[in-house]
Amino acid sequence: MTTVAAAAPDALPVRDQPRWWRFTVRLFRTKPLGAAGAVVFAIFLFSGIFAGVLAPYGINETDLVHRLEPPSRQFLLGTDHLGRDLFSRVLMGARLSMIVGFCAAALATVVSIVIGVLSGYLGGWFDMLTQRLVDAWMTFPDLVLLIVIVSVVGPGITQIVIILGLLYGIAGSRIVRGAVTSVREHVYTHAAQSIGAGTFHILRRHILPNVMPVVIVLFTTRVGAVILSEAALSFLGLGVPPPAPTWGGMLSGDGRTYLYLGPWLALAPGICLTVVVYAANVFGDALRDLLDPRMRGT
Amino acid sequence: MKEALLRIDDLNVTFGSRFGNRPKVRAVTSLSLEVAPGETLAIVGESGSGKSVTALSILRLIPEPGRIESGSILFEGRDLLALDDAGIRSVRGNRIAMIFQEPMSSLNPVLTIGRQVAEPLRLHRRLKRRDAMEQAVLHLRSVAIPDAGKRLGDYPHQFSGGMRQRVMIAMALACHPRLLIADEPTTALDVTVQAQILELLKERTREADSALILITHDLGVVARYADRVAVMYGGRIVESGPAAALYADPRHPYTQGLLRSVPRLEGDCGGRLDSIDGQPPDLAALPPGCAFAPRCPHTRDRCREAPPPLESAVGGRAWACYGYEEGVA
Repeated sequence: MTTVAAAAPDALPVRDQPRWWRFTVRLFRTKPLGAAGAVVFAIFLFSGIFAGVLAPYGINETDLVHRLEPPSRQFLLGTDHLGRDLFSRVLMGARLSMIVGFCAAALATVVSIVIGVLSGYLGGWFDMLTQRLVDAWMTFPDLVLLIVIVSVVGPGITQIVIILGLLYGIAGSRIVRGAVTSVREHVYTHAAQSIGAGTFHILRRHILPNVMPVVIVLFTTRVGAVILSEAALSFLGLGVPPPAPTWGGMLSGDGRTYLYLGPWLALAPGICLTVVVYAANVFGDALRDLLDPRMRGT
Repeated sequence: MKEALLRIDDLNVTFGSRFGNRPKVRAVTSLSLEVAPGETLAIVGESGSGKSVTALSILRLIPEPGRIESGSILFEGRDLLALDDAGIRSVRGNRIAMIFQEPMSSLNPVLTIGRQVAEPLRLHRRLKRRDAMEQAVLHLRSVAIPDAGKRLGDYPHQFSGGMRQRVMIAMALACHPRLLIADEPTTALDVTVQAQILELLKERTREADSALILITHDLGVVARYADRVAVMYGGRIVESGPAAALYADPRHPYTQGLLRSVPRLEGDCGGRLDSIDGQPPDLAALPPGCAFAPRCPHTRDRCREAPPPLESAVGGRAWACYGYEEGVA
């Protein structure tokens, strides 16, 4: 018996490898598609970060001799109507799209969590009031709101991030709230109250972890949606103003104008957009499955 | 009798729509009871008799739109109903702990067992994470979880129902509460596991000298584990007393009916079991008199006029029936 008592402190699970490493191993072993998504996403992220080093030409460096040239060894993805290197522009576009996608999706998720969790957990008149405001907000078509706000504050990357973040955040709060109302009714929430936990503690330790699967999927789908929205705004001339190369702007500007003369102008940013959005989604799905202990192999 | 640990006086709990367009449901009416330190009190009754609501009102956890209309709940000399939020939180899980009916869903599925057992310790004792975890191992070991140390990092879905209820008991007793409320702790479990869990509850509360309120509809449970019994019907206590005396000589017709409807091993085994005719009362439209009157075999005019008061008698017994004193029931 004494040996058992003496061994008690050592009986705590020993962690020989750091958590993130064991998690990464598990990701690659059980979710190869999700892992591939993560890798692709990371590649785009890094090429965005190091665009300045990787790009063979300046993004606004024109070369009127080589206008609208198809992809070649000199110009990996071809050139546009001003002779600018498309590869360099797509790389720089990755940076802008990632910034917009990440920041706006992160902001949107935070907004959704704050509104959704408070509204769903507190309930009562607060829930009523908040949800009616969300209703009112959602009755406006997104694009109309976007156009009005952008024309007031002017185009620019910060404005775009904040506007898209709020727009998607408020709409997404409905999803978080739904998840919270179902978690709130579980016995373990009452059990948490019965051991004397306060509201904030319950929200942080019991409610939030249980709505995380929803939040993760919300975030990754938002990354894609935000990048596409930015493209739509750029299409209307309300996005990040040219000559800054965003994928959406490239797709809708030169890509559309020169679709017949230079289809690569639309294809390159279009494919990048598709791949990144898809990668973010499969990674998000894998993350959701792995973080849910119930899905974990014993 | 020792000074009561918990004393509930004239408690009234109602559930009503906020705008009052429907009649209020009277879940608990004029309920008074006492629990002595270290005592096991069983509250028995059918579904909707108000036993769970009584338990939840002690910790002020009545769900919306329920409301404690009046009464007092004295615990260790303090009125729990008069405490502020922080005050009642410092009682919950610390001085009074609760175990719920469904072990399958009363543990948080995304937190490890260790963290959950350690949670009350961290909340009330302000222990550091590691210290709380070490205590959690000891608590899990005390409820006979094999390999407790290794299972700290496991999640609830890796445990069986009986094991989860053990974990709940470990969690509830972590801060050595003076009173443990177990709301049908074994209803969701296999019969073979039920006895183990009840033995464990009884043993652990005895060791810790905690009082236990055992809420159940199973009279077999009551007979073996309770010191005293309170029988509830229609939101009121209709009879209470020491378990043995109440079993040997039930005074209220409802208790008599309940006991007759339990199968027994001795005596004649071939006959059909008795049942109580009729339906439990509608708590939104309680009769002006005794709630049991429509189903009672001895009803008289008086019973339909005013509810009989809970009259105390010798030997710590009490019952609420006009019939008994007149020698009918």
